[in-house]
Amino acid sequence: MNSLAHRAATKNARAPAAEVLRAEGLSKAYGAITVLSDVTLDIRAGEIHAIIGENGAGKSTLMKLLSGHVTPTAGDLLMEGQPLAFADSVEAENAGIVLVHQEILLADDLTVAENIFLGRELRRGFMVDDRAMNRRAAELLARIGSVARPRHRVGDLPLAQRQLVQIARALLDERKVVIFDEPTAVLANDEVAALLDIIRGLREHGVAVLYISHRLDEIQTLADRVTVLRDGRMIGTWPAAELNQRQMAELMVGRELDMLYPNKRAATSEEPLLSVTDLEVDQGAQKASFAVRPGEVLGLGGMIGSGRTELIEGLMGLRSSQAASVVVNGREISHRSVASMMEAGLVYLTEDRKGKGLLLDEKLAPNLTLQALEAVNPATILDRRAELAALRKAVADYDIRVRSLTLEAGKLSGGNQQKLLLAKLMMTDPSVVIIDEPTRGIDIGNKSQIYDFIDAMVRAGKACIVISSEMQELVGLADRVLVMRAGRIVAELSGGEINEGNVVYAATSGAHGSTGEDLHDHSGRTRRDS
Amino acid sequence: MTTAAAPVATAEEKRRIRWADLAPFIALGVIVFIGILINSNFASSANLINVITRSAFITIIAVGATFVISSGGLDLSVGSMMAFVTGIMIMTMNGLAPSYGSWAIVMGAGVALVVGGLCGLFNGLIITVGRIEPFIVTLGTMGIFRAFITFMSDGGSLPIDRSLREAYRPVYFGDFLGIPYPVLITLAVVLLGAFLLYRTKYGRRLTSVGSNAEVARFSGVNVSRVRTLAYVIQGLCVGVAAICYVPRLGAATPTTGQLWELQVITAVVIGGTLLRGGRGRIWGSVAGALILEVIANVMVLSDMVSEYLVAAVQGAIIIIAMLAHRFTSSR
Ligand SMILES: Nc1ncnc2c1ncn2[C@@H]1O[C@H](COP(=O)(O)OP(=O)(O)OP(=O)(O)O)[C@@H](O)[C@H]1O
Ligand SMILES: [Mg+2]
Repeated sequence: MNSLAHRAATKNARAPAAEVLRAEGLSKAYGAITVLSDVTLDIRAGEIHAIIGENGAGKSTLMKLLSGHVTPTAGDLLMEGQPLAFADSVEAENAGIVLVHQEILLADDLTVAENIFLGRELRRGFMVDDRAMNRRAAELLARIGSVARPRHRVGDLPLAQRQLVQIARALLDERKVVIFDEPTAVLANDEVAALLDIIRGLREHGVAVLYISHRLDEIQTLADRVTVLRDGRMIGTWPAAELNQRQMAELMVGRELDMLYPNKRAATSEEPLLSVTDLEVDQGAQKASFAVRPGEVLGLGGMIGSGRTELIEGLMGLRSSQAASVVVNGREISHRSVASMMEAGLVYLTEDRKGKGLLLDEKLAPNLTLQALEAVNPATILDRRAELAALRKAVADYDIRVRSLTLEAGKLSGGNQQKLLLAKLMMTDPSVVIIDEPTRGIDIGNKSQIYDFIDAMVRAGKACIVISSEMQELVGLADRVLVMRAGRIVAELSGGEINEGNVVYAATSGAHGSTGEDLHDHSGRTRRDS
Repeated sequence: MTTAAAPVATAEEKRRIRWADLAPFIALGVIVFIGILINSNFASSANLINVITRSAFITIIAVGATFVISSGGLDLSVGSMMAFVTGIMIMTMNGLAPSYGSWAIVMGAGVALVVGGLCGLFNGLIITVGRIEPFIVTLGTMGIFRAFITFMSDGGSLPIDRSLREAYRPVYFGDFLGIPYPVLITLAVVLLGAFLLYRTKYGRRLTSVGSNAEVARFSGVNVSRVRTLAYVIQGLCVGVAAICYVPRLGAATPTTGQLWELQVITAVVIGGTLLRGGRGRIWGSVAGALILEVIANVMVLSDMVSEYLVAAVQGAIIIIAMLAHRFTSSR
């Protein structure tokens, strides 16, 4: 690693292409907590500059400093050689720097076009020019490969489409620096490909792109230079061509990495822990029957929009649905709700951790114990000591990187929020766990930790259903895979049949169910643009 | 598991003072201080006790409103509901007085609590089962309750039976060791409210529902039940307020409790409870109710500003409080 660091220093010394933005000794502390210290970074026109690091390394914080969302405690920003300080993100946007947030920050009740133009509405006289805005929004959306329509209500869109709306908003005006914070975490493969093309297009136009992702393969194909952060410190900047994925991962975590996926298992008993017969979810899934047995990981694959999340939300009683029979732990469940399922031993971890998983404004302990409130507090009165003990245990068991136990959940880094959510679910001591996108936003070191965790749980006689849009993950983790397409389970793969090719084939063959139709299914209504 | 893991500091031991949380109490202190400067009578114990006693009704109802608002709801009907409950209570007492004597008061008080609770349940069920905005529902019931009291009092006054006056009087005018009963009752309601909101599982669920109802739903919380119960608690508080109120004026009229909903919501909001839900401040609501009453008192005592402008000053306070909040809570 030493030699790498050395090479980084010499590379940096080379004459830089036109430098647009420079950070000098940038630091950020929240009270006594220092989250970034002394980061020096130069960003050049026409480059794609990747920032990588573990969960909580400070990547998002650094990006917020560069884009005026947060003010630094120390250090300077220089734009084209001129020192400057942004009072807020609007000033930064006016200077040509825009951040696409890791979290999706849109107004749910406004339309796609209204969101894209929010605060920058086009006018004709005194009137807001809806027609022109819808037209431009449609162009932008088409350019970035989004199937959302300008008049869709944003709240009705799936996560991936909301993310694309956010990107469209960032690309509305001419920019000098565009920052993407984990833009692909919620996107499907073809959407990712479209976005990466856009980003390359920006580079052609001389825009400097900062790019955060935990998908190192993406970084390798996309980035020109890579900067590594660890624990709020800058480890170095390297030309991407000089690093392979393994080296990147090891620079991030500061140690050598072991095997990513645990060995496969086999069910330990034929008696299923969960069996579902003929589940119909309104506007989601049809005639779904499946079962999981103790000791196995069941993968649920398919394209984004194929109805996997809807299927499970229906199963949990979170969407209107009917089923011939649902049996959990040998108990027939007549009235399905999160509470009754939990009592029977089945819990579900949502893919939408900000919207449905965590109370971002509440502290860690209330978040952790919300679902298992009865178990942690047997009496009517809250047992604060038990709650704190549970939190300490969860922080240790799940390796949640947090510097103060009294932080609000929204202030954890994205990956650590995911771990908190997992800890919250496991507080209920379930025997079957359904996890929707288990490692979304989680760094490579922690990924294997989560896989090991699922493995240990299943080996202890529990069962797990994993929904994942990451093919490698599905293939690497599952003992059996069900593939969904347009609301139906269309294939079951096991043993040697489980490979990316087979999953993709089952998920896409038989060309009905384009993404556009899925979108309409999801929102439950069809809108037409005039 | 990484050696580089940041240490988990035990910062929960270090209780940081949050200025934003203290703001309503500081504001109360400042207003009291101004009162003392303006008029020496202000600080007399008689006047202070009077002010605190007068604020009892709003405080009691504001405790209930803190529950409703922190669950993400709103109840505009409290003023009319208060008048309606008062009317029913007086009619019950008057009807029972000939046969039960002073016991009619106890029975009437019981009826007030039951009717208050039922009114709250009615609001709550329409909002949660009917899935209608709380603003609309309680705007409707506000009109309904107001019409009922006007009808019951035939547009005039509905007085309490003479035979009950003497026995009932002390509930408002009496005291225990110098502390008036309404103040003691208020204190009991506040302590109970704070206990329920901060120390029980129900309080935790309520906060979670107000903070993000989807998250609560996905965590197995029965959102409708939690919300409905908040309105029931609000109704019970209105019942308690009615019990304290009747001996003061001895009658219910079509204007009883008029515009109280505004005072109550103002008290709750300047107390630091978020209107969008998720954060309830019971003691803040108490401070808010006191602020409103102290301002009115100071204005009456001083002759600089006409007392007809009390409502204007109170209205300005809520706006100032919100502005102050905006500036202290931005990064
Ligand atoms: N407002 C805040 N107050 C206190 N600590 C904060 C605040 N915001 C962020 N942090 C802390 O700063 C650290 C860095 O967070 P950041 O979001 O930058 O990480 P990240 O590298 O983007 O991680 P991830 O890959 O998980 O998204 C975390 O430990 C986080 O808890
Ligand atoms: Mg981040």
